[in-house]
Amino acid sequence: MKKRNCQTEKSVVYLDTECLIPYMKCAFKVSDSFVKTLLYKDLQRKMLIITLVVSFTPLIILGAMMYYQFALTLKDNTEEQIKYRAQARAEAVDLFLKERTAILSAMADTHIFSEIIREENLSSIFRVMNLRAGAFVDLGVIDIKGYHRAYVGPYDLKGLNYYDQPWFAEVMSKGVFLSDVYMGFRKQPHFIIAVRRHENKESWILRATIDPEILSDIVRSAQIGRTGDAYLINRDGIFQTHPRFTGKILSQSSLNTSQFGKRVTAVTLKNSQGRELLYAGSWLKNDKWLLIINQDPAEQMASLFAVRNVEFIIIFIGFIVIVITTIFTTRLAVGRIQQTDTRMQELNAQLVQSDKLAALGKMAAGVAHEINNPLAVIIQKTGWMEDLLAEEQFKKSRNLDEFKTSIKKIEEHVDRAKKVVQNMLGYARKMEPKLENVNINDTINQTISLLENYARINNIETQTRLCNNLPIIAGDQSQLQQVFLNLLTNAIDAIGKNGLIIVKSWRIVSRICISVTDNGVGIPPEKQKNVFDPFFTTKETGKGTGLGLWVSYSIIEKMEGTMRLESSIGKGSTFTIEVPILVPERK
Amino acid sequence: MHYFNVLIVDDEEDFLETIINRLKKRDIDATGSRSGEEALEVLKVKPFDVVVLDIKMPGGMDGIDVLKEIKKLYPLTEVILLTGHASVETSIDGMKLGAFDYLMKPIKLEELLKKIAQAIEKKDAQEQKVRSVQIKKLLRYW
Ligand SMILES: Nc1ncnc2c1ncn2[C@@H]1O[C@H](COP(=O)(O)OP(=O)(O)O)[C@@H](O)[C@H]1O
Ligand SMILES: [Mg+2]
Ligand SMILES: [Mg+2]
Repeated sequence: MKKRNCQTEKSVVYLDTECLIPYMKCAFKVSDSFVKTLLYKDLQRKMLIITLVVSFTPLIILGAMMYYQFALTLKDNTEEQIKYRAQARAEAVDLFLKERTAILSAMADTHIFSEIIREENLSSIFRVMNLRAGAFVDLGVIDIKGYHRAYVGPYDLKGLNYYDQPWFAEVMSKGVFLSDVYMGFRKQPHFIIAVRRHENKESWILRATIDPEILSDIVRSAQIGRTGDAYLINRDGIFQTHPRFTGKILSQSSLNTSQFGKRVTAVTLKNSQGRELLYAGSWLKNDKWLLIINQDPAEQMASLFAVRNVEFIIIFIGFIVIVITTIFTTRLAVGRIQQTDTRMQELNAQLVQSDKLAALGKMAAGVAHEINNPLAVIIQKTGWMEDLLAEEQFKKSRNLDEFKTSIKKIEEHVDRAKKVVQNMLGYARKMEPKLENVNINDTINQTISLLENYARINNIETQTRLCNNLPIIAGDQSQLQQVFLNLLTNAIDAIGKNGLIIVKSWRIVSRICISVTDNGVGIPPEKQKNVFDPFFTTKETGKGTGLGLWVSYSIIEKMEGTMRLESSIGKGSTFTIEVPILVPERK
Repeated sequence: MHYFNVLIVDDEEDFLETIINRLKKRDIDATGSRSGEEALEVLKVKPFDVVVLDIKMPGGMDGIDVLKEIKKLYPLTEVILLTGHASVETSIDGMKLGAFDYLMKPIKLEELLKKIAQAIEKKDAQEQKVRSVQIKKLLRYW
């Protein structure tokens, strides 16, 4: 019979489950802790980089600027210094020459030709001169014709004629002459100072030789450092004193004297080995000789390098300190963030869980209504059929019994559906739990005794380890019993046959804890978060409804308690309940 | 048991129809109404001993409204509430408002009959009381 009943169609109500999907999604959100860890790492890295860049950039810029400024000042300083030294030395040499010239002139002016050419007179003059000024090697008198008329000194130069020597003409015209250093007849570097004396329209010349070694001594005292040098050169660049390194007296130096200006000049030049050297030149008063001081700027720069090294060390230490503190502080900061984040997440998870349950409660109420009404119709219809079958005319029907059993079956299954709905409503009922005096241990024992037979048949031992001074609390005994019953039946189901269930109770300050442990199959980690969901079951249809844990969780939650689960596959599971001690009111 | 009549109020036509048939088959004077408004109309015409009232009815008045109205107009009429959903609270509210009891759908007819019988009993007792009070009053005048 496939007659369609149009009226029933009206009663089909479309339950709007669609609107619950976002709810579900957020409730079942996957734990994304892996992604989170990456995010934290990233955050930490960014914070680190930013802090480091921000603190290093000024540090490095400052360091570079200081270094540059210092180098500049140092260079200026070095130049000033070397120029000053060159000038001072030149003045010393000038003074030396002036003194020699002065004493020679004085001697010439205070003696007459006829006296001075006498050997004993000349040698006493020579003695006096060396006494007063020193550094004279010999002394000679030359007449107007260029003949060496008298001589005191280590060489035998008497009688030589100097008329053709260029200096002879010069001293005759200018009155004073200072020669370059030369070898001359003596085969020994030397230079001369000659002065002219007018006497009764006749002129004669007093000439002295000076050991350039003394000049060298004066000049050399300006040599500094390991590489510094100081010497005199003439306009043609020929060494007038012994340089310390590059060359010998009277040899050609590599310097071009025109590079040096009127007074004191500092230039940087490459020497013959290609090294950059700093040169300072100061012309002597006579304009013939140039006093040169050179120095390797690198040597002076040593102090700069020292400064630089100190700076490097400071920056390096600063770097290390900053890096360490930055790492430390970012760790700390990120740790804090992570902590609050986790706490928030936990809170969220709790909220989501209770939201979810609340939403499902509402849904349950709706579903119950929509299922109970059709069930009510079915029950009435089958009842009506029974009523009709009771009538005379059907009594003789061959299939009467078949009909009757079919109707009974229908009623049985309606009953089953009704129970599921009622279970669900057990939660959805908003009625506050009753507050009566509950002895937790008694309740546990009662519940265990309910299941004793069943457990014994399956060879499951139930042990209790109950704390014997638990306080009586205010609560709903039948609801608590329902919770224990659910946990125990689940434990029995998880064990199947042959096993052990341990029920414990204990007290933590103001809370009572109860745990049910079984050594059954256990729950795989990925399913652990689902077991509290309604309709989640792994049991065959008809045996499990998936509502037990859901209802239990809701009951405990209403008591402001918590319920948690530890489980490992193959080893078993422990469900732990924690409820606050609510002291019963005295009546 | 003496004669009594029952008014069933439910928006589910199939349910209503079948239950009326079954009650009638048991010689009970049963009438059906598809809504609260209709029920009140029917009550205006004819008094009923017991009203079986579905709490949740779409549109117009729901069971609780109808209950209030009935209790106001016909205080001696007993009302049994039917609920298809979770709302035990509403049912309890209903009882505070004077409903006799509530039943959760789906129900077996036998349960309903039992409840109706109890309601009639209560109603009889109530009427008895009222009557005796009235008699006492009358006697006092005399
Ligand atoms: N003690 C346990 N050991 C192993 N699995 C369990 C245990 N308790 C619950 N479970 C799992 O959680 C599911 C849901 O449990 P529950 O909500 O009580 O519904 P039901 O028992 O009707 O299946 C069970 O089907 C089972 O897979
Ligand atoms: Mg279970
Ligand atoms: Mg309805």
